Amino acid sequence: MRIVVCIKQVPDAKDVRLDPVTNTLSREGVKSVINPYDRHAMEEGVRLKELYGGTVTVVSMGPPQAQAILREAISCGVDDAILVSDRAFAGADTLATTYTLSQAIKKTGEVDLVLCGKQATDGDTAQVGPGLAVRLGMPYVTCVKKITGVKGQVLSVERMMDDGYDEVEVDLPALLTVVKEINVPRFPSIRGLRKAKAFDIPSYTAADIDADPDQLGLGGSPTWVVKVFPPEAKGDRTMLEGSLDEIVEKLAEILSDSAHGA
Amino acid sequence: MLIIDTEACIGCGLCEDNCPFDAIHVEDGKAVVNDSCTLCGTCVDHCEVEALSIARDEKEGIDLAAWSGIWVYAEYRNGKVAQVTNELLGVGTDLAAQRGVELAAVLLCGEAGDIPQQLIAAGAHKVYVVEDPALTNFTDDSYGNAMEDLANKYKPEVILAGATAIGRSFIPRVATSLKTGLTADCTDLAIGEDGHLHQTRPAFGGNIMATIMCPKHRPQMSTVRPMVMKANIPDANRQGEVISEAIAPERLKSRARVVRSVLSEGEQLNLSEADVVVSGGRGLDNPEGFKLVEELASLLDGAVGATRAAVDSGWIGYPHQVGQTGKTVASKLYVACGISGAIQHVIGMKSSETIVAINRDPKAAIFDVADYGVVGDLFEILPRVIEKLKERRS
Repeated sequence: MRIVVCIKQVPDAKDVRLDPVTNTLSREGVKSVINPYDRHAMEEGVRLKELYGGTVTVVSMGPPQAQAILREAISCGVDDAILVSDRAFAGADTLATTYTLSQAIKKTGEVDLVLCGKQATDGDTAQVGPGLAVRLGMPYVTCVKKITGVKGQVLSVERMMDDGYDEVEVDLPALLTVVKEINVPRFPSIRGLRKAKAFDIPSYTAADIDADPDQLGLGGSPTWVVKVFPPEAKGDRTMLEGSLDEIVEKLAEILSDSAHGA
Repeated sequence: MLIIDTEACIGCGLCEDNCPFDAIHVEDGKAVVNDSCTLCGTCVDHCEVEALSIARDEKEGIDLAAWSGIWVYAEYRNGKVAQVTNELLGVGTDLAAQRGVELAAVLLCGEAGDIPQQLIAAGAHKVYVVEDPALTNFTDDSYGNAMEDLANKYKPEVILAGATAIGRSFIPRVATSLKTGLTADCTDLAIGEDGHLHQTRPAFGGNIMATIMCPKHRPQMSTVRPMVMKANIPDANRQGEVISEAIAPERLKSRARVVRSVLSEGEQLNLSEADVVVSGGRGLDNPEGFKLVEELASLLDGAVGATRAAVDSGWIGYPHQVGQTGKTVASKLYVACGISGAIQHVIGMKSSETIVAINRDPKAAIFDVADYGVVGDLFEILPRVIEKLKERRS
């Protein structure tokens, strides 16, 4: 089975903060990490390879710095890594992103299974997985929490729904987006780290993937960000002050009154 | 692209200070833009010497006038219309009135029963119904193709859907097939003076709000979280038209098949409907800390909520997550313990009636949405409050 896993470099969510004075995002000391959901997609790819044989290739669209997460992927058991990077891709919304990724994946050859995290923690759209499947002409299943088996060209999976879960059979080649419940990602191995260090990561440009320039980056994005602003504050709040005992007394009263609709 | 008039630029740095994306910097006394620019226009607004402007490629757009009407995807599963559908018909009523167009619901199902009448009572002027055994179970192929075909036939200017498991799964497929834009998890929708749909959502990990438009493509598509918009009061006397549609059988064939649906029961949390929610965040430090939240919740007959950080740390399961990527709650009382107040979380709880926040950081953003705030150490305060509440009970 040839498996491609899409991964994205995102700012570590717990580090991003809004500067209260300028209302802009403070990036000082913000680390870049593999999108947490993508780690589970990677792990599932490696797990399937170990069970059924095959290869796992990770693909990431991003700036040259995204090499770091591809290297990390290699250290976690992935066979191959490709960076898709070109200034022409900058500012892409999900439609332009799915176009770019699909062109890159097609370039790598025939694929049996594409795995993505259910969403990236910076954009939180959950749109790239389904959109990419459409571009690749594949069926897809989102929010997969378990792959239960492979029979011939049919994959059995469980997908999370709002009221429980569905058992679904999907024809291969297919794309799945996965949730965290699917597995526990492994740590890099010593051998993996050695391999990652020496690994030469190829980088695909817009020309390499035969991309139509009109469908790339900001220009290829139907959605425009027209305004950015800080979230509104509620305003008139009451801060409880005084000694610890006074605060506790007051707080207990508020909680008990509000909870019981007094 | 962002045009920088280097003659006019005085290198004051206002653009750099105000850029939410870290995309513009002053180098050698002049502003320089990098690839992170989204053309949001914040710098243009802040520039005092008019050195900045935005030029977009004036590509040939589609004929916008050919697309008219507001559509709501009516989510129907296991015999029930999702509540978010009524909420979308609520906001859809306003959007349709502002545009002077009709509001339609689209129902894809195995058997419609009296659901179309319910949708009319909730505000739809028209209901397009596709009844087909192939649509009894949700699959992305069948639902996606049906929606795409209807959209191509009737050309609505707007399609709204709930940001539910189903909506978030197949709506991106429809948008990609129609080669149009889609904005996820909108918290505000309005028609601008320009006649376009202005879609506002939390961006950048939920730390900032962004308004997004899709000015050159149709339909304009959005998903909206449950419990964010207000439903109309149902009116059984409202009149509307029900239009039966048939979709070509080969378009309803799915390459993915639902073998069985397993409904979770018993332990299913009704966080969204709880009157009291006590939530914990990173400030609780560890799973032991989280026990305090659970104890307080049980004393107040409430449900336990959590931030993404707490869930990611493994202190509590995902079904408890409140926020943009978890559940939205609108409780009578919401108690936020050790929660910093990232928008990603706030989006999910700010509609609560009374919000109480306890945090050791007086600058925590959670206090901005709170009605009552306590600055202090949770491990000092919570055990004492729990004692006090036990005394009151007995």
